[in-house]
Amino acid sequence: MSFLQVTAQLWSGFQTTLYLFFVVLVLSLPLGLIFSFGSMSRFRPLRWFTRFWVWAIRGTPLMLQIITVFYVPGLVFNTPMKDRMLACLVAFVINYAIYFSEIFRGGIEAIPKGQYEAGQVLGMTRSQIFFKVVLLQVIKRILAPISNEVISLVKDTSLARVIAVTEVLKSAQDIVNGHAIIWPLFYTAVFYLAAVGLIQIVLGLCERKLAYYKG
Amino acid sequence: MPVLEVKNIRKSFDGVQVLKGISFGLEKGKVLSIIGSSGSGKTTLLRCMNFLEHPEEGQILVNGQLLFDASRPGALSDAQLRANRLHFGLVFQSFNLFPQYNVLDNCTLAPDLLARDKAKAEGKPFDKAAAHAANVEKAKALLDRVGLGAKLKNYPCELSGGQQQRVAIARALALEPDILCFDEPTSALDPELTNEVLRVIKGLKSADTTMVIVTHEMEFARHVSDHVIFMADGVIEEEGDPEQIFTAPQSEKTRSFLAKSLEKL
Repeated sequence: MSFLQVTAQLWSGFQTTLYLFFVVLVLSLPLGLIFSFGSMSRFRPLRWFTRFWVWAIRGTPLMLQIITVFYVPGLVFNTPMKDRMLACLVAFVINYAIYFSEIFRGGIEAIPKGQYEAGQVLGMTRSQIFFKVVLLQVIKRILAPISNEVISLVKDTSLARVIAVTEVLKSAQDIVNGHAIIWPLFYTAVFYLAAVGLIQIVLGLCERKLAYYKG
Repeated sequence: MPVLEVKNIRKSFDGVQVLKGISFGLEKGKVLSIIGSSGSGKTTLLRCMNFLEHPEEGQILVNGQLLFDASRPGALSDAQLRANRLHFGLVFQSFNLFPQYNVLDNCTLAPDLLARDKAKAEGKPFDKAAAHAANVEKAKALLDRVGLGAKLKNYPCELSGGQQQRVAIARALALEPDILCFDEPTSALDPELTNEVLRVIKGLKSADTTMVIVTHEMEFARHVSDHVIFMADGVIEEEGDPEQIFTAPQSEKTRSFLAKSLEKL
């Protein structure tokens, strides 16, 4: 197989990687915010429920979670999951939402009480205080840990191959198996590095955008 | 009729009674200073008046209107609580400016939101630009008054502590509260920045600005106040006009507190 042919095949796998990455990112960030409200709730059963899921999801490998989402519906409820991509998305979104929720919680709890009180004495509603006063400060504080997770996500998408979703690493593996050449496997690193480099530039811009104030 | 009446406020934290029945009244345009050692309940009293704490007993009236009555069943609705809070302004010890907004926006954020809520409640169309322009004009005038007319576009992190506190004062005034409260406004400041803030507070004194000031600055309390309350262990130990409190205190506790506070080293 020529270099160009390999590149074309890896690129088609990489599109799946990118699809997985963007969909998971777009869905897990807001879901994570909702989870973080759950784990900070004053309503204890809700807090325990959320904390239980934080423990369960953080306590098991993502690979196992993907396998579970894909096979358990068929094994237990006799309704086999047909869509491999969907199974991946469900597992990834829940997993990343849980990790994001812990970062959000840390960021929200780090905002001084005085910011809320200042909003209160100025007659603002709870949601006005959250969206107009607190949120941007939280985003500034959590940008670095969120960046870590986002970058991990790019590489974690490779776990999708465990249920035979053909992302970039699996398409390389297919070439290796079919053509008795091994270098396409290492070539995938270029795709990951390019994606992560781009993400680093974007997140760096966000960080600079928020550097106009301190505190 | 007094603009503010506080009746028999009691408040405890974890079973420890911090306020043991506080009552006082304040006339419009007067300045009340509350002095006393740390832990005497001054700040808690101020926080109760701003509805940041909820007393177990007592009433708070503004202009004769009953805003808070602990004996009334049920908690206040969120909207009622916010309406109540607007009668009071509060300047915090630690300023609590919003760091991501510049000086001007710190002063217009809440007025803009309130104007929108008000228009919505009355079912009127809301002209966002016009409301904002009016709030900006008002905020600029207030910032001029506290001597920060040249810092409109600066962010809080670029200002000194004294300047930040003056912005906080303008921010509180922008909502035109009936009573402006100060919670140890200079305690977080370096000595050389204290005076610029005290001068601004003194300059606010007028026939229609009613102020309650919790302070450790005895000289300031003596010169700016119309009335002084000395608190000790959750009760009003002594009150009166400043000359009487500072020159001829009746209570032993007041005498000992003042002796320690005014002691020359």
